[in-house]
Amino acid sequence: MRSAPRISLLIALALGLPAASSAKLQVVSTLQDFAALAQAVGGDRVETFALAKGYQDPHFVDAKPSFVLRLSRADLLVVAGLELEIGYLPPLIDQSRNQRIHPGNPGYLDASAGCEILQRPTTPITRAMGDVHPYGNPHYWTDPENGRTIARSIAARLSELDPAGAADFARNLAEFERRLDLKLAEWRAKLAPFAGTKVVTYHDSWPNLAKRFDLDVIGYIEPKPGIPPSPSHTLEIINLIRREKVPVVLIEPYFDSRTPDHIAQQTGAKVVTLYPSVGGRPEIGDYLALFDYDVSALAAALASQK
Amino acid sequence: MIVPSLLRRRRPRAAAALATALALGAPLGAQPSAPPPDPVAELRAEIAQLRAEYAAQLAALEARLAALEAAPPGPEAPTAPPAPAPAASAQTSSYFNPAISLIGNFFAVAGDNENESRPIAELSEVELGFQAVIDPYAKGDIFVAFGEEGAEVEEGYVTFTALPAQFLARVGRVLATFGKTNSQHMHYLPWADKPLPLVSLLGGEEGWRGDGLSVSRIFPIGETFSELTVEAFRGDAEGLFEAADRNDLAYNSHLKLFRDLSEAANLELGLSWGTGPNGSTPDARTDLAGLDLTWRWKPLRTAHYRGFTLRGELLQSDRETPDGDQRALGWFASAEARLARRWWAFGRLESSERADDASLRDEGFALGLTFDPSEFSRLRAEYRQRRYAEDVTADELLMQLQFILGAHGAHPF
Repeated sequence: MRSAPRISLLIALALGLPAASSAKLQVVSTLQDFAALAQAVGGDRVETFALAKGYQDPHFVDAKPSFVLRLSRADLLVVAGLELEIGYLPPLIDQSRNQRIHPGNPGYLDASAGCEILQRPTTPITRAMGDVHPYGNPHYWTDPENGRTIARSIAARLSELDPAGAADFARNLAEFERRLDLKLAEWRAKLAPFAGTKVVTYHDSWPNLAKRFDLDVIGYIEPKPGIPPSPSHTLEIINLIRREKVPVVLIEPYFDSRTPDHIAQQTGAKVVTLYPSVGGRPEIGDYLALFDYDVSALAAALASQK
Repeated sequence: MIVPSLLRRRRPRAAAALATALALGAPLGAQPSAPPPDPVAELRAEIAQLRAEYAAQLAALEARLAALEAAPPGPEAPTAPPAPAPAASAQTSSYFNPAISLIGNFFAVAGDNENESRPIAELSEVELGFQAVIDPYAKGDIFVAFGEEGAEVEEGYVTFTALPAQFLARVGRVLATFGKTNSQHMHYLPWADKPLPLVSLLGGEEGWRGDGLSVSRIFPIGETFSELTVEAFRGDAEGLFEAADRNDLAYNSHLKLFRDLSEAANLELGLSWGTGPNGSTPDARTDLAGLDLTWRWKPLRTAHYRGFTLRGELLQSDRETPDGDQRALGWFASAEARLARRWWAFGRLESSERADDASLRDEGFALGLTFDPSEFSRLRAEYRQRRYAEDVTADELLMQLQFILGAHGAHPF
């Protein structure tokens, strides 16, 4: 009887099991934004890793085996949900051999819970509409108020997984929200002079940002979500920009700027690259820096077009 | 929380005492001139006592308040925001239905090929896929292929995802994890057809499929992903194995190594070994060995427009027959480049000896162009030349249309 623990230990070693989970909670997220929020809330009690880079299209990520390794060691997986990750995440979770992070377990957190989700279809949808998302627009983290909700969700879940850290997480969350409130006022003030400005975007990535800062998205360079620009649609957009005197065209970093540049050249509108995620540029190191960058870039472009 | 309850408790007594005092007309502040025991004095005493009690309680409360204020700003434990109301209830009866996908594969061929007779036009396969989580421990995948010869279950297995010690097991009918290409469904291949060595040495166009058990486990070597898969199947596999006895089994093993070379580039190496009865004599077996190598380059920022993959496989089939061993070797190498958002080009070189007669060698190459109107449809043209051992050369143009109805599952990597 006494040798039983020793044998099981030997078996565990032989199987290469992690002898004891490392002190820090391992948080893996699909987007760098969630990793940044988890870092802000978790502080030095967590270690974070994001599968998608901030300059990568979050719809199209490769299910690389190296991600399986990361997921096999994760205590918490934070996902955007709304089927944003449907093209790569399910097989990664299956192959992770990590029951903790399967949907329905505490180690799986859908960050969209409680967030304001726009464009939930109210009429039947078909793929004739392009790559539409039946659960609503999945780019919701581009609204800092949703970022607050996500941070709260993460703090609650971290407290559940690491009760000893609950006070730390609560304190970090309060500090994050305090800084967010200050920043929100700053961002609003910067964009206030441009309230109601009509803009054109490449993909439909910005409804939440536009709503928060009172921009009016009136057209997309993509004829339909996921369909690349066509000559006839580009002509329509050029006419739209001229007619509505649209000052800026917003593009994501992972799209080809040739069509937007051509449109800009034809209309005098300015092309502005907005980063949808943390890590898109080296200086966008955390969630607040993301809006610092985007708001400044947008305000500067709009001011120059006045 | 404490103050109101105290006041509620004390106020009636104090008020009653005050009312009595007032009714008796005793000035509160006046000093009694005589000591005789009278009600006024008693009331005074009670009031004094009440005052003292109140003062003590107030002091205690103030102390507690001060202590609370001095403590660090410890907000309440974080709580999750409320989840939104569940989606429309009209679907509840079908809520747990599996994700259903239909993938159509239509072919048209121009040119002649005496060795391989494809019809000029053919809806060669419609794959019906059902996928769902079975319970907290398992997931189910079933793919039924409808073709010219009727319907058959192409794959159908349960994946046990909650096994101890990081094992992953699949039970059912699976495409053997032999090499890289064999386990991929037709619509995930970068070409219109299967490479020649797989057709010649690994069970034909359908590939090596087995009914049985597949178990795999990860053995990480630092940051290198390393996975060992071991499979045991029944001894029959169409075009490959034939068992005289049901206890004759086929086995397969595969070691997969993967490493990120950079953010954009990665390398995958696979070693495979399999064996099974070939039916030529009751004891005769065919041994299979394989090596696969894949190098990918995909710059993350411009992944919509650029990408490059080099892949190749080397296969060997060692077939025991009454007339001696047939050791046949085959290989292919392929390069695929993404030219634009919707355009890909590929080129493939291939060569293979035949499994049942290794003295015969076929060779060929293929060049092609793929256009994806959207994520859900694909058009492909492939020019293919095959030079068969019988000194026959076949030049063909394969045209393929693939389309997806319903759920679009994740892409295997």
